[in-house]
Amino acid sequence: MLRKIGTTLAIIAAAILPVIALVWLPAWAILVAIAVLGVWLALTRTGRQAWSATAVGIATIPQRLGSSSVVIVGIAGVVGVLIALLAMAEGFRATLHETGSDDTVIVLRAGSQAEINSVVDSDTIHVVAEQPQVMRDAGGKQIASPEIVVDASIPKKGSTLDANVEIRGVGEQVWELHPRLRIIAGRRFSPGLRELIVGNKAAREFAHTSIGSKLQLNGEPWTVVGEFDSGDAHDSELWADTNVVATTYHRGSSTSSVTVRLTSPQAFDAFKAAIKSNPQLKLDVQTTRTYYNAQSEGLTQVIRLLGTTVAVIMAIGAVFGALNTMYAAIATRTREIATLRAIGFRGVPVVVSVLIETLLLAILGGAVGAGIAWALFDNYTASTLGANFSQVVFEFRVTPALLAAGLKWALAIGFLGGLFPALRAARMPVTDGLREL
Amino acid sequence: MKYFNLIWAALFRRKTRTLFTLLSVMAAFLLFGLLNSVREAFTSAGHSIEGASRMLTISKVSFTMELPQSLDMRIQSVPGVAAVTYANWFGGIYQDPKNFFANEAVAANFFDVYSDLELPPAERRAFVATRTGAVVGASLARRFHWKIGDKIPLQATIFPQKDGSNTWTFDLVGIYHVTNSREKQQEDAFFFNWKYFDEARQFGNGKVGWYIEKVAQPKDADRVAQAIDALSANSDHETKTQSEAAFQAAFASQLADIGLIVGSIMGAVFFTLVLLTGNTMAQAVRERIPELAILKTIGFSNRSILVLVLAESVLLLALGGAIGLGLADLAVSVIRAQGIPIPMLPVGLAIWLEGFGLMAFIGLLVGVLPARRGMRLRIVDALAGR
Repeated sequence: MLRKIGTTLAIIAAAILPVIALVWLPAWAILVAIAVLGVWLALTRTGRQAWSATAVGIATIPQRLGSSSVVIVGIAGVVGVLIALLAMAEGFRATLHETGSDDTVIVLRAGSQAEINSVVDSDTIHVVAEQPQVMRDAGGKQIASPEIVVDASIPKKGSTLDANVEIRGVGEQVWELHPRLRIIAGRRFSPGLRELIVGNKAAREFAHTSIGSKLQLNGEPWTVVGEFDSGDAHDSELWADTNVVATTYHRGSSTSSVTVRLTSPQAFDAFKAAIKSNPQLKLDVQTTRTYYNAQSEGLTQVIRLLGTTVAVIMAIGAVFGALNTMYAAIATRTREIATLRAIGFRGVPVVVSVLIETLLLAILGGAVGAGIAWALFDNYTASTLGANFSQVVFEFRVTPALLAAGLKWALAIGFLGGLFPALRAARMPVTDGLREL
Repeated sequence: MKYFNLIWAALFRRKTRTLFTLLSVMAAFLLFGLLNSVREAFTSAGHSIEGASRMLTISKVSFTMELPQSLDMRIQSVPGVAAVTYANWFGGIYQDPKNFFANEAVAANFFDVYSDLELPPAERRAFVATRTGAVVGASLARRFHWKIGDKIPLQATIFPQKDGSNTWTFDLVGIYHVTNSREKQQEDAFFFNWKYFDEARQFGNGKVGWYIEKVAQPKDADRVAQAIDALSANSDHETKTQSEAAFQAAFASQLADIGLIVGSIMGAVFFTLVLLTGNTMAQAVRERIPELAILKTIGFSNRSILVLVLAESVLLLALGGAIGLGLADLAVSVIRAQGIPIPMLPVGLAIWLEGFGLMAFIGLLVGVLPARRGMRLRIVDALAGR
């Protein structure tokens, strides 16, 4: 009895180690392991025995299609859900990551965390812009954009519920800060006028934001005159002249933030030190990369945690499903396996053949799940509330790394589901097996 | 009922297979319970009985814009308004931005309007009397091990003090409880005196984040809302008044389409589950064909065989599902007791009923094909093993 418990514990320990390895190993290491397995199957005597036993197993799959599909669909479900949720986290993270860069710096009031909370007065804006590390344009002007962030409630398309869209007042140098930004329709707003340009994602999500539309902002009529594509989180915003936004929202000469372009990323430390050493300024200085990365951190972690938790629970269900299937598969093949053993096959080829069969089904399930997740959710548009209490529109990204992670999970589930039935097959007494009907 | 033993014996004829299937069913319903607990936390906010009589007035421009405090008196005079209070979002940080919780500056009569936040009378008096007094919900106090008398520093993100300092220190004078388990997430908030806040902040003085009205008759809510919004029509601070539930619903929908996410995951889970249990039932019936034939021989009707097999598959689902939902219930209680800040409601009656409905439905669905096979088999063929 004790010995039996001991063996079971040892087997469980032996099963957990490869699973951990599978989840942590890089993809290339798994490919190498598969290649080694292939060489072993082709070149050694035991390997060739294992391969012929596997071939018999695979050939009988069509006879038990129903129960084999339990393994495939179970694993496809786990992998699909896992990839979809991680793709959501990845899309949000990447969108905000790409919004920042290492050579532009955002200056906010100390402690304010997000632009909507921050107020920076006009004296501060001048001091910041005049630092020697700030790049100058061809005309010798500092590349600095004092920006105001306010929210406006606009219904989303096809919905009666209001959602917050971010209105960003930008300085005249803003175009130098966003070299990738292109006007894709209409024109830029004219300084001094109540004109807006709309990010392409905001235009897609919100009603009344197409070119020519009039919007009421704080009781004043504004016109949308252009649409832009910046390829990052700014696509969820509407932009206008910062001075006109300040007037509409009674902000005086203060703004929410100042963003400047530095002469080089290396100039950041000197720039920050200069601002921090000025006792009159209470400001937070960070590269836009740091600022936007920090905004995605919390939500990204929550979604990843959620995705992994859901996938682990689903995987437990899938492992038991696979166990059922494979035990049943072995039960129906009892006589075959016993015959193989009787004609001289050893335990190892039998174990390996059952494992390979399960892993093949698992990989197929993983591929189906990954394929469905990719087809349904790659570039799927979603939105959430960002740090400025306004909608950030982003797209799910099903990256190759996520697909690889999904396949690794599939292999791990298949391994657990196949190992115990494989061991039972190998340990079955030959004489009993041959007598089995 | 007299056949229960027979069904039970049939179910556990192959112990390992039934056990594994039960574990799969358990995992599916564990997930069902957990995800629905999160979904309900998002959708049920503001739907309490107290919430039905409360309305929120925010700036029409966006809820991040402030309104003049002078509106307070004018809203009070609107017929149908029983009480008005107001609040400001403070957005302070306790030690680390990851320790997020709502913290708001609220008017002295806030707890009269929010009578569902139960604060002992002595603590309520202390809150009004203490300039720097603060009141927190019981689960928030548990999370940070706060007790009455503690000094709690918050780092301002929006409102520095007059001297430019971001550190605001509050004296904890009260801890409130929420009895309604469906509104428990309201215990994760921190309230302090609006008067102190307004005197000490550097800018924005005399402005209020939003107003909360208690209406005398919930059926008058629409008319009262229109009357309140009419007060500020065509001013530079136009308002939008709506029920608390409507505001929460709009806010939740801005955060994420939780319903879609939970729905998609559960779709994948239950599709897999149907296939898995269906396969188990098909195997179970296939193995037992001779036995079913004997039952028929000794006089069981076709219908009884159908019912026996269906009962077996429903029992399989109900057994695993009930254990899974029970585990979900337990897990949610543990998560909430630990003060882990995930919005979750206890697995309530609604989720249990929906769960049992699903168990019965899936049980019948996966049982029906094998059951018909059992019902239609011809005794002679089955006994002959054809």
